[in-house]
Amino acid sequence: MPLTGLEIYKLLPQTNCKECGYPTCLAFAMKLAAKQAELKACPYVTDESKSKLEAASAPPIRLIELAGADGSIQVGNETVLFRHEKTFYHRPGLFLRLTDTDGVNEVKRKAAEAEGYRADYVGIALGLDGFAVEAKSGDPAAFKAAVEAVQSVSTKPLILLAGTADLAKAGLEAAAGTRPLIHAADRDNWQAMAEAAKAAKAPLAIRSDSLDELAELTSSLAQAGLEDLVLDPGVDTLYKSLFTLTSLRRLALKKSFRSLGYPIITFPGNDTLLAAEQIAKYAGMIVVDTFDPALLYALLVLRQNIYTDPQKPIQVQPGVYEINTPDKTAPVLVTTNFSITYFAVANEVEGSGWPAWLVVTDAEGMSVLTAWAAGKFDAERIAKAVKTHNIGEKVEHQKLIIPGQVAVLSGELEEELPGWQIMVGPREAVDIGSYLKAMWQR
Amino acid sequence: MTVEIPIEKWAAKVREVTLGATAAQGGTRTRTVTVGGEGTLPFLSHEGSLPHSPALALEVRDRKPDDWSPLLYRAWGEAMDDPGDWAKAAEAAGADLIYLVFSSTMADGRPNTGENARSVVRKVLGATGLPLAVIGPGQAELDNELIVPAAEEAKGERVMLGICEDKNYRTIVASAMANDHLVQSKTPMDVNLSKQLVILIHDMGMPLERIIMDPTTGALGYGIEYGYSVMERLRLAALQGDTMTQQPMLVNPGEEAWKVKESKVGEGVPAVWGDWERRALAWESVTATTLLLSGADVLILRHPETLKRIRSVLDGLRAPA
Repeated sequence: MPLTGLEIYKLLPQTNCKECGYPTCLAFAMKLAAKQAELKACPYVTDESKSKLEAASAPPIRLIELAGADGSIQVGNETVLFRHEKTFYHRPGLFLRLTDTDGVNEVKRKAAEAEGYRADYVGIALGLDGFAVEAKSGDPAAFKAAVEAVQSVSTKPLILLAGTADLAKAGLEAAAGTRPLIHAADRDNWQAMAEAAKAAKAPLAIRSDSLDELAELTSSLAQAGLEDLVLDPGVDTLYKSLFTLTSLRRLALKKSFRSLGYPIITFPGNDTLLAAEQIAKYAGMIVVDTFDPALLYALLVLRQNIYTDPQKPIQVQPGVYEINTPDKTAPVLVTTNFSITYFAVANEVEGSGWPAWLVVTDAEGMSVLTAWAAGKFDAERIAKAVKTHNIGEKVEHQKLIIPGQVAVLSGELEEELPGWQIMVGPREAVDIGSYLKAMWQR
Repeated sequence: MTVEIPIEKWAAKVREVTLGATAAQGGTRTRTVTVGGEGTLPFLSHEGSLPHSPALALEVRDRKPDDWSPLLYRAWGEAMDDPGDWAKAAEAAGADLIYLVFSSTMADGRPNTGENARSVVRKVLGATGLPLAVIGPGQAELDNELIVPAAEEAKGERVMLGICEDKNYRTIVASAMANDHLVQSKTPMDVNLSKQLVILIHDMGMPLERIIMDPTTGALGYGIEYGYSVMERLRLAALQGDTMTQQPMLVNPGEEAWKVKESKVGEGVPAVWGDWERRALAWESVTATTLLLSGADVLILRHPETLKRIRSVLDGLRAPA
């Protein structure tokens, strides 16, 4: 729980010495509460106060970073249960499981195939975050070779699925120079695993089906100086996952339960819908067993959607979009660059089979009516887009179809675009097909 | 160390709504479907009552649609040629409800008629014992022209009539009241609009036990996050005691998911999208699963395989006894 300015003030020396740069201790406390000042600016704060203040300012779910030879991923540090309360910050990492018993060549082939995977979604490049290499053989040499094989084709972060400290050490040796996650410590091996993780300065996952035991283990590990931890509560069904991950998120956020305030790793195997649930409901890292672009693409898009900041809608690039290969006789339609608006319009036009030019104006990511009300979708902006993109040269007619919601703009637009005929289209995108059928002469 | 699982206590519940009427209740359905009644957030059965599983409906059209994905034609085959056969096939595929939608035009291109609507409803009621939703093509005047006679034809069957939208609800609500039916109250992804239309419909004298609200959703990749958050907010408001948000929620992942390129077509799309059929089924089922987690009580689906998958998702979300 973050402290208020007054609570912080009580922990300060209250001498108003001004050495921190603020006129009073209270003023400094207020700045600290607003995260606009740092505690180290106060030379006289006691160690006891310092540790209290630091504990209170630590995020309720620890931020964990994994790094590959190139590229890294951060998970955790979430602050809400529902995305509409603020936003979800760190997209859960999606990792592909590779198994050392497959042999070096097969591991390498699979890693290379998945490493290069990139899908474009509204201008955002989506891909896997890394690999979870499993020491199924139980043989440190085989595991080391498998990790080396992955490293030879991938620069992404790794998870080392190693059941013993010896296996973990072999994997860490092969992954030297990176920051992989070691999976996993349990009640039997945690001391040896902790040593290996500590030596390599790598984060460590802890596995137990019992939350009581997880909390005990994280406390012991924290006492041993290991704080970069990840929880594996061993959830294998939709219900268990929802119940356990919701409980963990609530414990961390609402009860400030420090010893369970860590990101969570899950293993949905080949169950795409379990993985989907875990994206929506609170996983920090998700390990899938099969590389299948058809399923992976759906999961990557879901992750992008759920982790979109509700305050900052996804926008599409303003410009002219060609739909169904339009020619000089094709209709010209105007809309805004709010992604959902764009998708609605583009899909309807495409589905209708009409070739068309779609002029997407920069309305700062707002829908038609909202943008109009905010003055971001007016005659001037539409006219500017038509001129900047030389629409007049793309078509031989001078007709512009505007959304029915902004019919009121047609007079003004005719003034801004002399010679153009402004046609008022339907209010809803779904009616575009029938509108064109009725109103447009091919 | 003993970790105490935090339990949320809620002040109120979602309303229960029953679709369909058996012979004893003045209809001819072989079973009824009740949705709603939740006293806590979706599937968190350890902290509140969840008396009814969400219902899964399959969409059936009054005639074979012109513009559906080839994958859907393949899945349903000849059953699509006749609404009665299609409804039977949907029942066999495991649906809880039949979501019957009228097309705006007849097969020959002429506008659909009330007479046709009547005969299609009669046929579908005869072909299946499942409860029904009877839905217009979504054009105000035509909707009223088709739904009023359809509602009369199905009098006493407690079908859900739709679509009631803010610009067009009076005729459909009146017809539902006159013939003992329910209504679908649909608003565009906004908490306040959802609430407002429920109030307007209720003000006409429609009991709240006969209103299902459809807050609208987008497909995966096409705005699902808006629908998802609106549904989460509506459900939280309902549990906190805001009475006009306590209607069960219906959404249509089938229509939304099969409208988008990712599902609809197999050609001219990026190779990184992978195998078409697996992708399309993933699109509909990931959309549907996500919406279950945000509080959907009724899901409308299009592909029988998706229904199967979502049925197993519902099994998986049930707490072990």
